[in-house]
Amino acid sequence: MSVVETKRPDGWESYGDAQKERVGFFTDTSVCIGCKACEVACKEWNLIPEDGRVWTGESYDHTSQLGANTWRHVAFVEQRKPLQALLEAPPAPGDRTAPSAAPGGDGSTALRWLMESDVCKHCTHAACLDVCPTGSLFRTEFGTVVVQQDICNGCGYCVPACPFGVLDKRHLPATTDPPPAILGRKEDGRVWKCTLCYDRLKGGHEPACAKACPTKSIQFGPLEELRERADARLAKLSAEGWNGAQLYGRDPEDGVGGFGAFFLLLDDPEVYGLPPDPVVTTRDLPEMWSNMLAAAGAMLAGVAALTLFGSRR
Amino acid sequence: MPSLGTSFGRGGATTFQQDLQNADCIVIMGSNMAENHPVGFQWVMEARERGAQVIHVDPRFTRTSAMATKHVPLRAGSDIAFLGGIANYILQNDLYFREYVEHYTNAPVIINDEFADTEDLDGLFSGWDPEEGEYSVESWMYDGMEIHGSAGQREQGFKPTKGEASGHGGHGGGLLHGEPPAEDRAMQHPRCVLQLLKRHYARYTPEFVAETCGCSVEDFVQVCETLVANSGRDRTSAFVYAVGWTQHTVGVQTIRSAAIIQQLLGNIGRPGGGIMALRGHASIQGSTDIPTLYNILPGYLPMPHTESYGDLDRYIEANTSPTGWWGHFRAYFVSLMKAYFGENANADNDFLFKSLPRIDDDNSAYWTVEQMLQGKVKGYIIAGENPAVGHANGKAHRLGLSRLEWLVVRDVVEIESASFWYDSPEVESGELEPEAIPTEIFFLPAATHTEKDGSFTNTQRLLQWHWQAVEPKEDCRSELWFYFHLGRLIKQKLADSEDERDKLIKALRWEYPTHSGIQEPDAEAVLQEISGQEIESGKFLSGYPELKDDGSTLCGCWIYSGCFKEGINQTARKKPHWEQDTYVADEWAWAWPDNRHLLYNRASADPDGKPWSERKRYVWWDAGEGKWTGLDSPDFEEDKPPSYVPPKDAKAEDAIAGDHPFVMQADGRSWLYVPQGLEDGPLPTHYEPHESPFGNRLYSQRANPRRQQNKDLAEDPYNPVADEPGADVYPYVVTTYRLTEHHTAGGMTRSVPYLAELQPQMFCEVHPDLARDVGLEHGGWATIYTSRSAIEARVMVTDRMRPVRMDGREVHQIGLPYHWGKRGLITGDSANDLAHMALDPNVHIQETKAFTCGIRPGRRPRGADLPRFVAELREQARSRLEASVAEPPMSGRTSRTPSAPGGRREEDPHVEPEEARKPAQ
Repeated sequence: MSVVETKRPDGWESYGDAQKERVGFFTDTSVCIGCKACEVACKEWNLIPEDGRVWTGESYDHTSQLGANTWRHVAFVEQRKPLQALLEAPPAPGDRTAPSAAPGGDGSTALRWLMESDVCKHCTHAACLDVCPTGSLFRTEFGTVVVQQDICNGCGYCVPACPFGVLDKRHLPATTDPPPAILGRKEDGRVWKCTLCYDRLKGGHEPACAKACPTKSIQFGPLEELRERADARLAKLSAEGWNGAQLYGRDPEDGVGGFGAFFLLLDDPEVYGLPPDPVVTTRDLPEMWSNMLAAAGAMLAGVAALTLFGSRR
Repeated sequence: MPSLGTSFGRGGATTFQQDLQNADCIVIMGSNMAENHPVGFQWVMEARERGAQVIHVDPRFTRTSAMATKHVPLRAGSDIAFLGGIANYILQNDLYFREYVEHYTNAPVIINDEFADTEDLDGLFSGWDPEEGEYSVESWMYDGMEIHGSAGQREQGFKPTKGEASGHGGHGGGLLHGEPPAEDRAMQHPRCVLQLLKRHYARYTPEFVAETCGCSVEDFVQVCETLVANSGRDRTSAFVYAVGWTQHTVGVQTIRSAAIIQQLLGNIGRPGGGIMALRGHASIQGSTDIPTLYNILPGYLPMPHTESYGDLDRYIEANTSPTGWWGHFRAYFVSLMKAYFGENANADNDFLFKSLPRIDDDNSAYWTVEQMLQGKVKGYIIAGENPAVGHANGKAHRLGLSRLEWLVVRDVVEIESASFWYDSPEVESGELEPEAIPTEIFFLPAATHTEKDGSFTNTQRLLQWHWQAVEPKEDCRSELWFYFHLGRLIKQKLADSEDERDKLIKALRWEYPTHSGIQEPDAEAVLQEISGQEIESGKFLSGYPELKDDGSTLCGCWIYSGCFKEGINQTARKKPHWEQDTYVADEWAWAWPDNRHLLYNRASADPDGKPWSERKRYVWWDAGEGKWTGLDSPDFEEDKPPSYVPPKDAKAEDAIAGDHPFVMQADGRSWLYVPQGLEDGPLPTHYEPHESPFGNRLYSQRANPRRQQNKDLAEDPYNPVADEPGADVYPYVVTTYRLTEHHTAGGMTRSVPYLAELQPQMFCEVHPDLARDVGLEHGGWATIYTSRSAIEARVMVTDRMRPVRMDGREVHQIGLPYHWGKRGLITGDSANDLAHMALDPNVHIQETKAFTCGIRPGRRPRGADLPRFVAELREQARSRLEASVAEPPMSGRTSRTPSAPGGRREEDPHVEPEEARKPAQ
């Protein structure tokens, strides 16, 4: 069976009775105020090192991207667009509780500042899992994807496998005790990423970022419930004429079988630096393997034939 | 908070953040709530989700604007024009909430016929004394009523010496009778408050607002329409402000403007209404309730001063309001003395009143720095403050500190105010030499809030207890530890002293139990003293109505009385709101007064005591039970019926009628017009900021005539303004602010890696057009300069900064966060080095939200070149000014301040006709 044919997270069902309800994040950017409490709460809970003090000039985003030392990242996008598109039907005459729809004379409403807290997507079909040779990356009983730091040997196969660029090696001296077995203390070298606060989940708590979010932009819960909530939210925003509102990663039919951590965006994904149509990079692996096997078989047959016939000569 | 105090009776936010969810419209102005109060902002988001309009009026497009349904850009420092325009829109179109205004405000009251408005006197109110530069307020009074100490400025009428008059809290009160002697219920009398308001604001048309604020007429009218449509019986609107309103030379009057609008629209004391004052940081509300200020005692009791009073009776008499809750002033004061001095204070010795310290001068922060610069201050203790970075004109502060004999700095890290002597711009430039600084500096490490027990009083008057989580490390100690042991040691040293001046310290009750190895005082014991007890029985008081004036009760702060009632630490209650019956959540912590969350909530019912509408019910009269009831603790005597009419000679609260909800005011009404209590006028008037590129469109009086200026201070020179020659050296408007990622002057955040990396460098925000005109590159460097100093910053070119169009020219506004200094993981220049020290006259606050500057590309000069660069520009500005002035009046004072620019020329003849011709002092 091809990995993309199931809508269940790969490996999740192997838990049998120990399997828990699949949980995840719904990150609703329409209420994100860009406070970065998620970034800080994540770092504090997970003891993630500082990621460099670099002023980027990218609006208020000086973190730039997800990485080994940043598991939540808030993107800031400044746009010359109104937050809400003009509604088709203007407010009923006499309804003075809403402002008249026209933007200010100087076009002052034609500006918006999008903020989005990005995170590991915990894909239904996770290529990082597929390529990990040590079994360090695994599917948890909650349906999430976690790196086991005591097993990771820093091979880095998962890094290019992730369609979102989430997986990343830590190029800092190791601070854990004992230091990574093969790598030593000089450079950590292992891959680190969001665990969806696996330790907190086991203790019955929500992840640190969701706990810290003051506006419920980051919502944690059973994935099915989050998807329903997101659908209702999108319907509301669409009715209100919000510009570009769309769900990203909610669809179980997409290239990674849907995200465990999905988003409501106010513009196309690429505006936020997200791939518009992510595909699990190992999708074609079985086919590739069978092709390769066929080729190898043919080659072996050829070699065998050569040997056979050669020996006869 | 004299603005809210004089308008409504108490110097605190009238509402609480959770109640914002009930608003139908929220106007956020002078605040960047999403960035600086992100947790409380969830209730604004909740309101938006429920369909409320969220309007953000601000010079910048911030993270708050990004969440608003409407952002209106305006010119920094033009808030009163904008708000006055709203008031005018309401008044001209008869859109005010008539029944509310007639019954609950002083709109029908007739004012003294000697009163003259700014519209009559070209920008001055009657009573202006050009010699003293002050108002005498007799002509502002209610008709037929004499003046009486009260409200914000209790000392008014006593001819105080310079500056000390400013009350910081300002509760209302202060009239000799409950009911004003003359009123016109029809509100048609030409001298009634409503008609005065109408005339006062008549010129604040939408066109005037657009021209003065640099916004569009359409935007402005849309705000007015939205606000009016969402106010009335069935709907309510809230205002939210923070230091974007206060940090101006007209800050108090800006807040007053909002108070007027909210009274006209009937939005005070009602759910979803109110004025939410957001404080600058944790427990700022607490630090005025139990003050770190020099001119009030706990609970906003005025500090006595040298000239005004003889004995206790005179002090009490001067400060007691015959009507309203201030009628019990003696009980509040005597109970405080009993808390301080125990048995040592008794009726026979006037409760030690005569030994209390007296104010004899302005002792506010900026004035003290001025005194330091003149070598008049010996020692200084800095705690929880970083003036070298956080106060306007950082250089003046650092130079001031360098002229002390000793300095104590208590903080969690070695802040710039402690390190200035070896690491500061002045050391770099050679203006300070470490070896030559006489100041002996003691840095004492402080414990953080996780290392001690205690309470914070938050932005909405809520006292919230916190517990120690870990022991403080090494020498780190709590504030409580420091002051308790300091007091203990001083008492020990003075034990044998016979000096009269030491009598008071010797008389202090100073007995608090201590615990743990470091002898940490028990914080709950302090809270018990604050809450109050019956002395004989030790019974905990349940609230201020139980306070006695005979010395039988003690209470450290009367408005906090009851926070330990029944022997239970009420502030430590932590039942989350989702486990409580209503969103008011009165079992979470404790709000002063009397655990009341929404103040003046009697106004949520109509004069007959019925809710104005089902949708906006909150507190109402239950005729069956014969008492007030509702979602909150009623801010009214529980069993006083709406029909109550006070008998003729009624005193204190008995003099407040059943349909007058503002129980702290002597007349029980909110004050649209403030007859006394404010230094700069009974009504807000548009003035330009102290430094502004523009003149006043209304009056020849350009700026607030009563603002405090340091005219003789060489360290605080001003930029030329408006159309003065030389003003073009500093042609831009600059405004300072904070970012979510950092805390005020940065001491607590620049040293924390997780926060430092999120905003790692000082930057300035400029519009693309300004960048193009001046040659600034995004990501490059800019040098920003004023007469005081020059700083450098990375350049953020963004549409979020808006130029404004005025007088046919485009003026750019430059945004500067002020978090950086020389210490910590991330360092950078301090925006406040650019700011001047001209102040609001009521609260002595600096004008960092609107002043002028110049900008050019590239990094600033280093070392001694920096002061030279600043001085050259000042000279350039001054020479232009001098060239334009015919007279050559170089006075003696000028030679003392060789580098002062010409900006001091006061343009208005009302203030100082002679000064006006001087190019510099």
